Parts: sequence; C-alpha cells; structure tokens
Amino acid sequence: MDHTTLMFAAAAFALLVAMVMALVRALMGPTVYDRILAVNAFGTKTLLMIAVVGFLTERPEFLDIALVYALINFIGTVAVTKFVRYRSLGFPVGDNAEGEL
Amino acid sequence: MARTLSLIVLMLVLWLVMSGHGELWLLALGGASAVLVAWIARRLDSVDHEGHPLHLTWRGLGYWPWLAVEIVKANLDVARTILAGPDAVTPAVFTVKASQSDDLGRTIYANSITLTPGTVTMGVDDDGTLTIHALNAGAREGLETGDMDRRVRTLMGEA
Amino acid sequence: MSLILDTLSWALILGGSGFVLIGTLGLLRLPDVFTRLHGAGMTDTMGAGLLVLGMLLQSPDWLVAVKLVLIVVFLAFTSPMTSHALARAAILDGIKPWLRDSGKGGAQ
Repeated sequence: MDHTTLMFAAAAFALLVAMVMALVRALMGPTVYDRILAVNAFGTKTLLMIAVVGFLTERPEFLDIALVYALINFIGTVAVTKFVRYRSLGFPVGDNAEGEL
Repeated sequence: MARTLSLIVLMLVLWLVMSGHGELWLLALGGASAVLVAWIARRLDSVDHEGHPLHLTWRGLGYWPWLAVEIVKANLDVARTILAGPDAVTPAVFTVKASQSDDLGRTIYANSITLTPGTVTMGVDDDGTLTIHALNAGAREGLETGDMDRRVRTLMGEA
Repeated sequence: MSLILDTLSWALILGGSGFVLIGTLGLLRLPDVFTRLHGAGMTDTMGAGLLVLGMLLQSPDWLVAVKLVLIVVFLAFTSPMTSHALARAAILDGIKPWLRDSGKGGAQ
C-alpha cells in the first residue's frame, strides 16, 4: 500500500472513532442541547471524513460535497436549536422578541 | 456602489475557482448569477459596512494571523485540560466589557472569543457587556488582560 | 522534496486526528453542556485546520487547494455562531452552568 493511502486511512479511522464517541454523547444526552451539540460535532467530522475519503480514493471532487455539507450542517444546527428553544422557526411564541427573525 | 461592485467581483472569482472552467459561456452564466445575487442582497439591505466589511481588509491582515496563533495556544491549553481529567476543569462565568463603538466590532470580538477554545460568549448586552463561559482559570485570565479587545479596536480603526 | 512534503503531511494529519479525538473525548468526559462546547470547538478549529493543512500539501492542483481553504474559512465563520446559539439557547432555557465550588447546576 502506498504510504499516502495509509496516511488518509489513519485519518479516516481516527474520524470514525471520534464519530462513534460523538454518537455516544448524542445518545446519553442528558439535555437536548448536549444532543444538538453532539450531532453538530458529528456533522463536522462527517465533512472532514468526506474530504479525507476524497483524497483516499483520489477523487477530489468529493470536496464540493464537503463544502455543501459544511453549510447544511451550520444551517441545520441553528434551525434545530431555534426550533427547540422557541417551538417555531418564524415568529416567536408569545411576546418574546428574542427569537424574532 | 463600490461595495456592490466588489461583491460582484468577489462572487465571480468564487465561481471561477469553484468550477475551474474559463469558457466564455460559463463565465457569462457566473457573472449573471453574481449580479442577480448582488441585486437581491442590495434589496435586503445587507451590502453595507456590516454585510460586506470591505474596509477591514488591510488591517485584517494583521488581525487574523494573530487570532490564528491565539487559537493554537488556546487549543493546546484546552487539550491539556481535557487530558488531565475532571479535576483540571474549573469553569467560570464572568463578564467583560467590549469597548468597540459599533455592532460590527462587538460581533467580531464576541466571535473571536467564541472561536478561541476555552471561552464561549453566552450573551451580549446592548451596552456591550459580554457574558463569557470559560473552561478554566487560564482561559479567563487570558481574556481579562483585554489584549484581544484592544486588537479588535485596532482592527476597527478605533485605536 | 516529496519526502519532506510527505513527512509534513503525516505530522499534520496525525496531529489533526489527535486534536479531533481529544476534542471528542472532551465532549464525552466534560461535566456539562457549556464545558462540552469547548471540546467541540477544538474539533472545529485545530482538528479541522491541521487535517486540511495536511491535505493541502497533498492536493493535486490549485482548484482542490482553494476548496480546502474555503472549508476552513466556512468553519471559522460558522463554528462560533453555532456555539453561541447553543450556549444562549441553553442558558435561556434555565440550564445552570456547572461550577466547581457551588457543586450545583448542570445536568449530569
């Protein structure tokens, strides 16, 4: 095996282990914010994983997917956080102006 | 108008480096998309000194490398804390004053604090008081020297 | 030349993997959601940064390099916003930060 392949395989393995650890935190909780944080961290590792796999298979086009994943991960986390906090993605429930768009 | 033009040029360059194609037809499509997006952004009132802070470009060249070094130092500190186990964790909640004069400066300061591991901005008041959560005493002392606050003021051209 | 580049890549990628693992370890062993934010922040900054630098040295052309740099830039802009949104939502929800001396707060 080529040693650069080995290098990316090592990174992919480390990322897989980290992803399992993040999943454990997502399952353990205890608060919903711990779970959102864990899923966000899982998403960051997923995007790094996509980039590493792109280099591992020598198909750098994977980086486009990683870029899109970075954006989706951010929007998704903020949207879920807002929804959990205010039960609404548009205007806030009640007269709380904090969650207003 | 200069901001809108620079936004269009920036997005066209982004289009070029993301696609890697230089054919006239594709460039024209990219230019049309850039103009359309810039027009929508203008209608949203987001092409201003906050949405497209062009004036920070040159002074930013001094700030971002400094911030990167700070992030590396803070990372090593947080890594040591995590590896040392639960006893090394001494979290604290405290407030610092953001002395920048406008929202953009405060936002850059608050985000720089959060981007540095070991300190997270939990809240911002209207008068610029930031509520910070720090992982340990070292992270707290580093912030309370006010060094980062001063450098963001320099970045904003206020000091 | 290639040997130097490859050695550097190895060091950067192993370092990045290490920081990703330590940050995630923090996600597991730190006491409450606010302290865990710091662990997740490590993965977003140093972990991603070193991994991308390592890949940058191996990138076949400049288009790939630009995209790698853009990934780090996006992460640098979005990571603090996510952390702040989470911390703010948690504090508004009435979750008390875990503090050593008081021994109360936190949900562990």
